[in-house]
Amino acid sequence: MNSIGDDCNELKKQYDACFNNWFSERFLKGQTDDSVCAPIFKVYQECVKRAMREQKIELREIETDYTTTSDYDNNNSASGSSTGSKS
Amino acid sequence: MVVTASTCRTETVFDYSWKHVVSAYWNRYPNPSSTHVLTEDTIKREVRDGKLYSRRLLSKTNPVPKWGARFYNNVPVKIVEDSVLDPVKKTFTTFTRNLGMKKIMKVDEIVVYSEQNDGRTLAVRRAYISSQVFGFSRAIRAFGIERFKMNGNKASNGFNYVLRRMFPQHQLAATTTVATTSPQTTQPSATQYGDMTVAVNHTSSKTETLKRIAKVGYEFCKCHASKITQLFSVRN
Repeated sequence: MNSIGDDCNELKKQYDACFNNWFSERFLKGQTDDSVCAPIFKVYQECVKRAMREQKIELREIETDYTTTSDYDNNNSASGSSTGSKS
Repeated sequence: MVVTASTCRTETVFDYSWKHVVSAYWNRYPNPSSTHVLTEDTIKREVRDGKLYSRRLLSKTNPVPKWGARFYNNVPVKIVEDSVLDPVKKTFTTFTRNLGMKKIMKVDEIVVYSEQNDGRTLAVRRAYISSQVFGFSRAIRAFGIERFKMNGNKASNGFNYVLRRMFPQHQLAATTTVATTSPQTTQPSATQYGDMTVAVNHTSSKTETLKRIAKVGYEFCKCHASKITQLFSVRN
């Protein structure tokens, strides 16, 4: 799968390969140390962030919602259809 | 401002273990059913309290019907996908939402992948669709619900393709079902959309198959009726 930045494709490929290996061979087997892919992830991140800036994808809009991630577990146990409205 | 929202819930069972499903999840694109997905990037990832938190940015095309084209151009839609994976409890929750064009249509989707007692993996998908476009919100939400159902089925077909390719020897049983329960609306005046059940079974007897086909056909007509009704309500 392509990256949003054309020049990030190679880095993404390398990172994905590292991550997939770490995920199935280490993380799912109980090893939570994720430092093995950290260097390649950093380089890939810089590339993607640059591409997002160039394409004017608002990082801020993404960042503001980040706090909601801690609510995820509350959603896990919910069963049936949930409804709601916002103003 | 009053905003009406619709929700829709579907369940899918994947014939693979939870570990296989979550491993394949990161490799689900591209697949033959996902030609609408253009790019995929991981923009944040960390392990916290033994859980894996990821944030990914996806861009996809999402063709709008002709009457929708007057509201916005068909540019790629950016989607943010946050996920939490708990390897101990064996749960994987994804939360996706669109960036931009939120006034026209906001789609929040939560999918929880968990391990069933029989070793297969259950995915419960819930979507929350809302629109702030006055007078058009009903139709837009109806379109959103229909699109959600179609996309949901497509997504599991595509995912199954990836699972088969990655783990050809590990399929647990030959059944896959997709059930959609009826969406609910938050305002009494809003229309209730019909149930749609789509079975993608490859097993069991002929009569059962016939029954299933009849049911799918019936639900398909019912769904389209509601869709057409909604389309007309836009023109009036």
